[in-house]
Amino acid sequence: MSASLMGPPDAEGRFGEFGGRFVPESLMPACLELEAAFAEAWSDPSFHEELDAVLRHYGGRPTPVTECRRLSERLGIRLLLKREDLTHTGSHKLNNVIGQALLARRMGKARLVAETGAGQHGVATATAAALFGMQCVVYMGEVDTARQELNVFRMELLGAEVRPVKSGSRTLKDAVNEALRDWVAEVAHTHYCIGSVMGPHPYPYIVRELQRVVGEEARRQCRDILGSDPQWIVACVGGGSNAAGTFAGFVDTEAVLVGVEAAGGAAMGHGVPGVVHGMKSYLMQDEVGQIEEAESISAGLDYPGIGPEHAHLATVGRARYEQATDAEVLEAFRALAETEGILPALEPAHALAWVIREAGRAIPEGDCVLLTLSGRGDKDVAQVRDLMR
Amino acid sequence: MTVGARAPVAGQMEKHLRSRRDGGRKLLIPYVTAGMRGDWIHVVRALADGGADAIEVGIPFSDPMIDGPTIQAASLQALRRGTTPTQVLSELSTVDVDVPLCVMSYYNIVFRAGHRRFARSLAQAGVSGAIVVDLSLEEARDWCAEADDAGVATVLLVAPSTPDDRAARICERSRGFVYGVGRMGVTGERATLAGSAVEMARRLRGITDLPVCIGIGISSAEQAVEVAAESDGVVVGSALVRRLLEGADAEEAARFIGGIRDRLDAAFPG
Repeated sequence: MSASLMGPPDAEGRFGEFGGRFVPESLMPACLELEAAFAEAWSDPSFHEELDAVLRHYGGRPTPVTECRRLSERLGIRLLLKREDLTHTGSHKLNNVIGQALLARRMGKARLVAETGAGQHGVATATAAALFGMQCVVYMGEVDTARQELNVFRMELLGAEVRPVKSGSRTLKDAVNEALRDWVAEVAHTHYCIGSVMGPHPYPYIVRELQRVVGEEARRQCRDILGSDPQWIVACVGGGSNAAGTFAGFVDTEAVLVGVEAAGGAAMGHGVPGVVHGMKSYLMQDEVGQIEEAESISAGLDYPGIGPEHAHLATVGRARYEQATDAEVLEAFRALAETEGILPALEPAHALAWVIREAGRAIPEGDCVLLTLSGRGDKDVAQVRDLMR
Repeated sequence: MTVGARAPVAGQMEKHLRSRRDGGRKLLIPYVTAGMRGDWIHVVRALADGGADAIEVGIPFSDPMIDGPTIQAASLQALRRGTTPTQVLSELSTVDVDVPLCVMSYYNIVFRAGHRRFARSLAQAGVSGAIVVDLSLEEARDWCAEADDAGVATVLLVAPSTPDDRAARICERSRGFVYGVGRMGVTGERATLAGSAVEMARRLRGITDLPVCIGIGISSAEQAVEVAAESDGVVVGSALVRRLLEGADAEEAARFIGGIRDRLDAAFPG
């Protein structure tokens, strides 16, 4: 396996031909400053010590790997779950925001802005802001504030201001635009705490490094449980942060890496290369380059792009990207609840839906699959009830 | 100049703007979003007649991240009307005005068309400048080379946050004029002029001989005059687009720009 895969990007922030820094000049100095600050912090053992301590004593790391005995039996494979749903705030998003909040503090910035789709990243950012005594503004599409209203209230309880975004499709991509607009105006004292492996360099790299803990823990845990690496590593992909973090732990093994997109938001599946939100990657767009609106039951995967490193991993053939439909996802949601007593978030239910569909087909009987359960499904229960009725 | 770099060739837009600037005139560059209304091309003609020195024409993009609510609304309106880059250029090619046309858009529109094809289609439409607002200096090399070959000036932006050494490198690569961003933040009208606008003009004047035009947050004749004391000119966007969104016709748009023209000429008699 190539040693260069999932290492640092090149000097221009590229993973192969993808990534880069496509931002207005007003933001370039901030991107350069952030790049330097992260490089300095990431090579400082005391930064890691503090980050690890917060993730351990506050965030609940390490999260366990759970073997799904009943579901495995039904599927004829061996299914392990990396339980990011057990992280404080209920998803892997906390790993990233704690790191970025510590970085922001180190840079002397006391205000965080974030975009959110399902609300998980917004809740995580609001949580980190509360923990470190920082100001927090979360941009959330108006469509999403309606379908995730409890998460809006959670963020407000945590002291964040949630600003509904009324522009464009009023979902995640527009929330990103609005967060970028805020950052342009307030960059002197604000850090944009981006929620996934997307945006201009150095964000895709920073977020993947901060999520790497998921894959590195899982690798050790799998070796303890299995005595070897799993044959399959599966994670859902919107922007792709939990997948990137998971893949980083296994990229140098023989495991097949599979990212599962929502069929209605499949940037790898239906997109072509383009540039939006500061990065070159695969995007859902029309023939002249207008970005299209993603549509899925999962607000967290309603994003027309994908992180640039995923585009690179797909291009070089190291990872493959598959899709799951809304109907398959609801089935998977129910199956995990009934057989294992775990309610998955709708986002990782996509990864599970693909595994359920492909067990005994693409995934040979008896193979071992590690799936990152990136978040818990409590936030989705009301929506799932409505969809199942 | 960087060793090995191609000598900058002043294209049509730069020659035009330099000659007007050197003649003592303050440059006035209005912005209009193409396709926002059926008569947008008449607005372009009227602006040329109303005292503009160049006209910035926005090709609408679905995700205009540096634009505030006014230009977002105009872009959305244009896209809902089915406006495409090809249509915009085809309409521009029918305009016979004596001032340069400079398109403004976001990089995905350029990337999707292909650098060479887009640069040539601009030249064929009689467009002599391009502002690709999310194309940073680091990412601009390939596009700039194709634009140079096609005779299209790539105007680069310098922001209040840009350090001086970086500003110098941007000015070296910019063609036509250099666009000084008047304030941090998105495009849009402001009640008062940001101090950063005047400071930006002063700073750029010390770095480059290119015409220095300041835009973003310049909403009125008073603000234009205030900035132009230190700059070679101003770009006026949202203040004009808002009037067009509110229903101003081409003549009214031209009168608004003409009013700024008169105030600039009165304040700076050349």
